[in-house]
Amino acid sequence: MIEKALKGSSVYWGWIIFLLCLIGAGMMAYLYQLKVGLGITGMSRDISWGVYIAQFTYFVGVAAGGVMVVIPKYLHHYTKYGKIVVFGEFLAIAAVVMCLLFIVVDIGQPMRMLNVVLHPTPHSMLFYDMIVLNGYLLLNIICGYNTLLADKKGVPCPGWVKPFIYISIPWAISIHTVTAFLYAGLPGRHFWLTAIMAPRFLASAFAAGPALLIMILLFVRKVTKFDPGDEALQTIAKTVCYAMIANLFFMGCEFFTAFYSQIPGHMHTLEYLFAGLDGYGNLVPFMRAAIVIGLFGVFLLLVPRIRRNPKGLALACASVFLATWIDKGVGLVIGGFIPNPFETITEYHPTLPEITIAAAIWGVGGLIVTILYKVAISVREEQARV
Amino acid sequence: MSMDRRKFLKAAGLTTLVGLGGKGVFELLRPGAVEAEMAHESHGHDKHHEQEAGPKVRWAMLIDVMALNKEKIEKIVHTCHYLHNVPNWGDPKNEIKWIWEDEYEHVFPDSYNEYNHILEGLPFLLLCNHCDNPPCVRVCPVQATFKRPDGLVAQDYHRCIGCRFCMAACPYGSRSFNWLDPRVQLKKEMAHGRKLNKQFPTRMRGVVEKCNFCVERLAEGKQPGCVEAVPDVMFFGNLADPNSNVRKILKERISLRRKLELGTKPSVFYLI
Amino acid sequence: MYDSGKVIIGLAVFACIFLFPFLYNRGTAAPQPKPSLDTPAIKALSEKKCVENTRFMITTHMQFLNDWRDQALREGNRWYVNSEGKKVWISLQNTCIKCHSNKKEFCDKCHNYAGVEPYCWDCHYDPNGSKL
Ligand code: SF4
Ligand code: SF4
Ligand code: SF4
Repeated sequence: MIEKALKGSSVYWGWIIFLLCLIGAGMMAYLYQLKVGLGITGMSRDISWGVYIAQFTYFVGVAAGGVMVVIPKYLHHYTKYGKIVVFGEFLAIAAVVMCLLFIVVDIGQPMRMLNVVLHPTPHSMLFYDMIVLNGYLLLNIICGYNTLLADKKGVPCPGWVKPFIYISIPWAISIHTVTAFLYAGLPGRHFWLTAIMAPRFLASAFAAGPALLIMILLFVRKVTKFDPGDEALQTIAKTVCYAMIANLFFMGCEFFTAFYSQIPGHMHTLEYLFAGLDGYGNLVPFMRAAIVIGLFGVFLLLVPRIRRNPKGLALACASVFLATWIDKGVGLVIGGFIPNPFETITEYHPTLPEITIAAAIWGVGGLIVTILYKVAISVREEQARV
Repeated sequence: MSMDRRKFLKAAGLTTLVGLGGKGVFELLRPGAVEAEMAHESHGHDKHHEQEAGPKVRWAMLIDVMALNKEKIEKIVHTCHYLHNVPNWGDPKNEIKWIWEDEYEHVFPDSYNEYNHILEGLPFLLLCNHCDNPPCVRVCPVQATFKRPDGLVAQDYHRCIGCRFCMAACPYGSRSFNWLDPRVQLKKEMAHGRKLNKQFPTRMRGVVEKCNFCVERLAEGKQPGCVEAVPDVMFFGNLADPNSNVRKILKERISLRRKLELGTKPSVFYLI
Repeated sequence: MYDSGKVIIGLAVFACIFLFPFLYNRGTAAPQPKPSLDTPAIKALSEKKCVENTRFMITTHMQFLNDWRDQALREGNRWYVNSEGKKVWISLQNTCIKCHSNKKEFCDKCHNYAGVEPYCWDCHYDPNGSKL
């Protein structure tokens, strides 16, 4: 099937080459990082996780979001999703690969990665994260590949794949829950120490993942003969809308607890992120924008006329994606380190090599999505012709 | 076990006689005593026995804040960083430190008293607390940081993968990461007359490090380097032994520990 | 669609390139190195004996050192009792290297031959290395 990825227009190839360039640049930057050390990044003793882990966290969400098309299809037999489930699974594959890469580039001794397996440590959340992420990757490869194969032959998915599909549903929830537990169980980091971390992660995941899926599918519909179906898109859009509302609601809950209780430690990070603290406020414009853009996205999705218009839908999804990205892919991880355990503030400025490496991982994700989608779409187009 | 204990006390008595202990109450362990304790612990399959006994050794450090001054602080920090070849990067971004000074309001950020400034001017020394319930150990995915039976929170640089989860988990900011190759900086400093302690290795880039309670010196029956440098300011001993030097002092003096509300149970006490 | 013939040719070319170094080196093995053990400390020994017998040290020193490392660092056990009942202080820096102070000869010769690069020296000191 993979040979389908080798036939494409010049625009297709241009895009592939662009991604390869991005990846190449990132690889150079990574070699530099391997040689010199993580000191080439903007991270410091106080901000010991940066862009890499923040992006990791965000894309675990995107990966988990794919389940939002799997559940209706397989648990509720919502047939309108029949044609697009495989796209959700392929998106999850790309996102999980990105997550794993973000971890690899973040750790100081990548050659010792296998230690996690050699010295399994059940009291560490990172140990479980490794299991669930790799497991989720495998599940999605199994499910995605077989679904597509069956589609190609025009037969239903083989029976032995079904259990894997059902397992993949709670598994998707688990990857983001465990990722939230990485943060939510640390004493002394007030911003992260919250029981609604996991629910909030899931809410933003179920908004961000499907939003990205809609954007890609809208694009696909425009440039290929494959039509995912209006109704399917509209249903996903509703999922995005409700999930985003839940996400914003949870965020409001955080604000309430912190500011009504008036406990300084709980307020500080929120103050830093949204208003500035002791004269520091690098992230303030971004975080405020995230709220505004997020609300704007929800508004667009709530108005049926806008939602049904492809342009309006695309704009709404882009808003949701961007808002959750700023909130979770930037503010959440960086904010947790500010103020530091001494109640002083060190800010974080990512460096060019760091951003290049992160961009390359985006590139890898893009490449995987492009190739897998190309294959899937070619199969769909063939079917349409038959 | 009872024999161990007698030997232990005898060693303590001896060292007091020889006058090795700071105030005459430091129980210096004879070489091998720590090992004996630990061997006992690790072979302690006898459950009943263990429950009765509890840990026999839990190392703790006391710092007399009132007796500290600039000179002594400098001596302490220099001793520790010399003994363990801790590079001095000179910038907060790459900074590595095992023991350092900070102000009251940063050390006890939740205990600010706006009507009494007695504590504020005092110098506080920060180092790893060797917590009895250490979150850093809990989160480490490879057990590169682990708690030894004698309460010491140790760090295995051979195994650390540099994920920095422990840095996020430590509520005391005790840990430093080698963002760059520490030897590069050490070489630079050596060109300016810095001496290397060839008995103790350096670290490599990409691993986390922190105060190790001088585990390499304890193994030889010595006191931690900082304590030895200022025996009238810092005290080191066995918190599990009701008759130890540290327990005696803790009975008499007012002491503080950092962020007790987090349940980590620090083993570093500040005497006021 | 696609041509299986071409794929097979491609695979064959790849295999040839991949195997080239192995095929090329066949039968031309470099002579086994014979590191010299002479150091002042060893010369001064009345009985030239390592912690365990030579055969054992040559074949098993990797596991042996791993074990020593874990004993000293993780178990807090600094004494090793060898097969003759003698006690030895467990330390790479302060025991092994005290005798084997000729890293270039003693360590590097075989390691280079075997193409392995242990990371001991990233942290521990080469006793004669002038630089760190
Ligand atoms: S002070 Fe920090 S590093 Fe030290 S034991 Fe406690 S949690 Fe771990
Ligand atoms: S940085 Fe090292 S010690 Fe810290 S959690 Fe990761 S592996 Fe463990
Ligand atoms: S106990 Fe040892 S390692 Fe810790 S601060 Fe004192 S000298 Fe440094």
